[in-house]
This record gives sequence, structure tokens and C-alpha cells, in this order.
Amino acid sequence: MTDSNNQMTGAEIVLRALKDNGVEHIFGYPGGAVLPIYDEIFQQEDIQHILVRHEQGAGHAAEGYARSTGKVGVMLVTSGPGATNAVTPLQDALMDSVPLVCLSGQVPTTLIGSDAFQECDTVGITRPCTKHNWLVKDVNELAAVIHEAFRIAQSGRPGPVVVDIPKDVQFATGTYTPPGAAPVNKSYTPKVQGDLNAIQAAVELMASAKRPVLYTGGGVVNSGPAASRLLRELVELTNFPITSTLMGLGSYPASGKNWLGMLGMHGSYEANMAMHDCDVMVCIGARFDDRITGRLNAFSPNSRKIHVDIDPSSINKNVRVDVPILGDVGRVLEDMVRLWRALPKKPEKSQTQEWHESIDRWRGRNSFAFKPSNDVIMPQHAIQRLYELSKGRETYVTTEVGQHQMWAAQFFGFEEPNRWMTSGGLGTMGYGLPAAIGVQVAHPDALVIDIAGDASIQMCIQEMSCAIQYNLPVKIFILNNQYMGMVRQWQQLLHGNRLSNSYTEAMPDFVKLAEAYGAVGMYCDDPKELDEKIEEMIAVKKPVIFDCRVANLANCFPMIPSGKAHNEMLLPDEATDDVVANAIDAKGRQLV
Amino acid sequence: MNAHQLPTGSAYFIAPETAKAENHTLSVLVSNEPGVLARVIGLFSGRGYNIESLTVSETEHEAHLSRITIVTRGTPAVLEQIKAQLERIVPVHRVVDLTVRAKDLGQERPIEREVALIKVVGSGEHRAETLRLADAFQAKVVDATVEHFILEMTGKSSKIDQFVAILKPLGLIEICRTGIAAMNRGPQGM
Repeated sequence: MTDSNNQMTGAEIVLRALKDNGVEHIFGYPGGAVLPIYDEIFQQEDIQHILVRHEQGAGHAAEGYARSTGKVGVMLVTSGPGATNAVTPLQDALMDSVPLVCLSGQVPTTLIGSDAFQECDTVGITRPCTKHNWLVKDVNELAAVIHEAFRIAQSGRPGPVVVDIPKDVQFATGTYTPPGAAPVNKSYTPKVQGDLNAIQAAVELMASAKRPVLYTGGGVVNSGPAASRLLRELVELTNFPITSTLMGLGSYPASGKNWLGMLGMHGSYEANMAMHDCDVMVCIGARFDDRITGRLNAFSPNSRKIHVDIDPSSINKNVRVDVPILGDVGRVLEDMVRLWRALPKKPEKSQTQEWHESIDRWRGRNSFAFKPSNDVIMPQHAIQRLYELSKGRETYVTTEVGQHQMWAAQFFGFEEPNRWMTSGGLGTMGYGLPAAIGVQVAHPDALVIDIAGDASIQMCIQEMSCAIQYNLPVKIFILNNQYMGMVRQWQQLLHGNRLSNSYTEAMPDFVKLAEAYGAVGMYCDDPKELDEKIEEMIAVKKPVIFDCRVANLANCFPMIPSGKAHNEMLLPDEATDDVVANAIDAKGRQLV
Repeated sequence: MNAHQLPTGSAYFIAPETAKAENHTLSVLVSNEPGVLARVIGLFSGRGYNIESLTVSETEHEAHLSRITIVTRGTPAVLEQIKAQLERIVPVHRVVDLTVRAKDLGQERPIEREVALIKVVGSGEHRAETLRLADAFQAKVVDATVEHFILEMTGKSSKIDQFVAILKPLGLIEICRTGIAAMNRGPQGM
């Protein structure tokens, strides 16, 4: 490497650019079209490469890494199947706004378009599932493109980007441009500072509220730790009740006195009722997703709505709002707190008295209640115990997708942001284990738990091998009910209890499976032994698969059935088989 | 968000659409780089928006800028969303809804013009009639043999539609149209 004149090969440029962008870990899988880059990885020590067992795992691991640190996650894949396997995590990161840089190898420029071995149109395939992507045909542009990739991935609304690098460009010699000196896309300048007039209008509206609610989302987490601190300050100042989407859990502590619990399809009764009956809704860094709103034309009919979002296309997309504020959540919250403090006359406590009483009444419904059992482990109970026994530690939780994910969101309390990694928008089964690996790489001494289902865990189970290789003591806690529980729940609701293909007839022996990989396998089906075994799992300094056998037919409540409004929730004590079977009318059946 | 308009109702929301769809003409200023047109078109197909007409060409060579003109159809909410989604594309510099802008300027609509090349084959009285009509519609003959004419016409799309309809029985065999180029009236730039 002849650094003095910044001349080096494309592969060297890649490594140098990663280093200059602060990268310490990358997740990847080698192949023909990225061999020059792997050769450079071999010859340096600054960046550690984590070898996954499938490119989907690399992507989710990079997502877990990014979401638990606030840094950009980086993945490296080869051309063709390497790139197509990366599509799922790319779309996952797009929907959940995770900053991700994916470097992919490509066949040499002279062969592009010839249907060469392991060729695919990577930029074409990944165009709709990335924030932006590039095919770099000139080695002299490579450094600038990689710097720009990092800038675009982490600024504005974060998201995934792909840099596709043909093999001949990796071999070619060119000039390295350091980050500050490289040209940028002038057309991309996200607006971070909110309009002060709009924020003032929002604060005045909030001060006039009799029935206010804060509805927060992943944008608060993405905006950084300062945003969460400001959010807590705002809650303290205003005494507004606060709920959050699945993605935003932890930005306000679950132990906080204004906490309503998660909202939405499987959210708490008090959160959804508050959303329905409020007169002023303050949406901060959330996007009115359909799992949140329920039936749109019955969504919070009598409220004036404030919406803080960095993405202009999120505003007025699903729900019309009265006061849109375009900007970074942290910056806007800073102004909001300042302007609230500066209010000439703060609202009297009595103004929201009745509202808080209503909320207490809804809380009294205890909507997450379940019937305890001495004979079988109730899945909700298992999560409760896992939560209690991991308290006081630096704990990170990832999940797969399904009933276990919703129970984890309902029963595991999060006190800090960046501690909860789950696939919200795309709902990707197989996310949790590789994400946990990414989290553990970033936080080697932390307790990292993948709360899993018996079906989901099998979608990326091969990454056990990766966890063993790098000595990453992730804990896989499987709520094993032998079913694709959420699929079955919907079949009960929608399809006359015809359980088509949702029962897993041939389940692996998870204990033996763990041992086959060189991990620790544990089994528990007795509620009396649960605590002891969970403690044992936490104490083990190796990867663990914990096969927790739970009540097979438990379903996830409360629930807003399709086509219903927030105030038409199905509560656990009302959800008899008959009610479940008839909860969704013909019109709702089309909705899913 | 167009999904609720699908006849099967296989969507998440099926609130009946009460707002009326209207045609709008958008001007999109983009960096002239590979794939930018695919990004714009992919956005329309991926999100189920309509494209009634689309034209694109480099307009500022030095600055590497191209201008895409899109005529699309949707309710006001959808049109607002289309504009926001377009602005999210990294190489998109500016998006102007010319139809909205025209209203703001107190005008009925932006200037919208299209070029058509029309080939007519025939003999005798048909040829004479073709030329008379071309004259009436201010179309130019740009190529001819004793058997055919190629006519070039510039005008509003509706005018071209009309011309084409009249020429049909006179031996029209081929049409090529550019799609709409558009601009707001008045001294202000985009």
C-alpha cells in the first residue's frame, strides 16, 4: 500500500474507507466475487470480520449490532446468491429504519449483463429495498461512494444502502479520497431542525389538552440517547400519559408512572383506550402503522394530532394530522421542552384530572392478565420470570416473530432505549438469533437473550455455529408450543379453526441440537423448576438453547381484531372459544 | 395506500375512498445518473401509483440534471404522498406539482405540449384530404413519397388525439408520441 500518494487497490480502498468511517466489526460470508476484499481482511487487524452461516444472518446480525449501539451495521456478501440472500435483512432494515451498509461483490464489469456465473442485477433487485444503492464501475469513485453510503445510511431517517463492487474494480488501482474530501449528493440534505412556529403551535395545543396522550415510536430510539432523556423530561413536565409502538419500547421506562404499555393490535387496553378517547395526540417518531391504528376511519376520532417525524412522506400518509413537525425527534423535543417551560401559564393539574382517573380505571381492567397454572408453564409467566430474574443486569433482548414476540413486548419491561431488538415492520421470522449475535459482538459482557418461538428459531438456526465460533454466549429462550402460534391464532379467528400447516409434526430435539453445535441445551416443562433453570441459563458462559415447553394452545391477548377500532378490543377474560371464532366479521376477514 | 381501491379488498384498510381522483403534472429534477429513471418508475409501480404520461431528458448538461415530467392520477392525499415519496429518492433534487403551482399562480393549468409523428399511407383524394387536415391542425410534412406522408405535430394531447382520430380512415398506419412536456406560465422559473 503506497499511502503517501493515496494510490491503492479497490479492495484496499474498501478496508480503508470502512476504518475511516469508524467500523470495527463486519458480518459477512465470502465468495468468488469478494475474494480480493477478503484477502485484505486477512491482512489487517483493525476490523474484525464475523463469519456467519448464511447471508441473511449477516444482515440481521448487522441490524442487531446497529440497533444496540446506534452505529452503522456493516455486512459483506458475494455476488448472485450472496446478494439475493441479503434482500430480506435489507427490507427489514428499510421498514424498521436501521442504518445498514451492505457491500456486495459483483462479477467483473466486462461480464456484467452476460449471465455470468453468480451474476445477478444486485442494484436492480435491491433498489426497492434500500434507501439508496450504487454500482461502482470506477475504482477512483469507490472511496467517495462508500463514505456517501455511510452518510446516507445514518442520516435523516436511517436505512439500508448497498454498494455493489465488481471484482475487477476490487483489483484495480485508484486514488483513495478521505471522508471529508469526497463529494456528496447535493440533492440529499435531510431537514433535522423543526419549524419553531409549528413546535410553538404544538406546545400550545398540548397545554390546552384535557385528554392528552404521547404516542412514541422507534424514531425516538433512532434519534439517540439524548432524545430519550428529553422525552422523559417532557413527560415529567407535562405529566402526560405515554404509550409506545413495538419499535419504541425502552425510550420511556416501563417502570415510569406515566407508562401505559405498548399500544396497537396486541397493546394494552389502557394504551388503546387512551389513543381512542384522547383530545390531543402527540405522535413522536412513529408512523401510524396499520398494526397501531386498527380501523382507520375509527382511529382516535376526536383528537387533534401532532406528528413529529424526520421523513416527510410519513406525515399524512395514513392519518391526517393537524400539526406536522418535520425534523429530528431529539432536536424537536429539545425545542418542545424549552417552549413548554417558557409557557406563560402552565395548565392546572385539575385540567387532566378526570383523564388520569379514566386511565386508572382502564388500567384496572388488567388487560395482560392470564390464567396461571401449576401444571404447565404459561408462556406469559415464562417471560415474566425471565424478566424478573434478569433484572439488574445489562440485558438486551431480541425476538423472532409471532406470539412469543408479542408476549415479550407485553411482559418484559424495558428501562432503556437500544435494549430491545425486534423485527417490527417486516415481521421477519429468523431475525432474533442473528440479531442477538450482532448485539453480543457489540456488548461482549452483556446478557443477550433471544426470546424465540419453536418455528421461528428454525429459520436461522444455522447461526448457532457462528455463536460458537466467536464464543458469543447468547441465550435462546424458546417458548415451545409446537405450533406456529400466531398463524394458529389467526386460523382460529378467521378460518374456522382449520389449522392448516401450523402444527410442526417433526420438532428437533433442541437440547441435542444445542449439544451438536457445541452449545448448552436445557429443557423445562415444569413451572416449579422454571426459576432455577432460568438462573442456570443466565449463569452459563456459553450459548444456550433453552427449550421451554409452554401451554400449547395459549393465545395472545388483548387483541384488536381486524376491521375493529381501538375501543373494540378483545380482552383475555372475554376471549372464549366462541367469541374468538366470531370476533372478526366477514368484512374484517379480508383484512388480515 | 392505493390498496383500498383494489376490487378484491385484499388490503388492510378498506375505508371507501370519497375523495375524487384528479390528473396532476409533476416536474421532477434529478441528477442524470444511471438508474435514476428506474428509481422513479419503480416508486410508481411499487406503490401502485398511476403513470398517464412520462417524459425524460437531460436539461442541464453541465450540472448533470435531467427533468422528468410525469402526469399522474390520484386523490389529493395520494398526490401529496407521491410528491413526498419522490422527494425521498436520493438523486431527486426537486419536485414541483405544476398543476398545484398553476392554481397558486391563479392560472387554470400549466402549459402542456406533446409532439407526435404520424405516418399516413394512401392515394388520390385521401392524400389531398390528409394535407388539408395537416394544414388545419398546423402539422408539418417531414417525410413523403408518392405513397405516404409523415406528419409532425406539436400541441395539447387532446388536439393530437383529435387529429389522430380524423386521420384514421385516411390511411393512418403508425403513430409515435413523446408524452407531455410541461411548464408553468409566467416569468418565474421552476
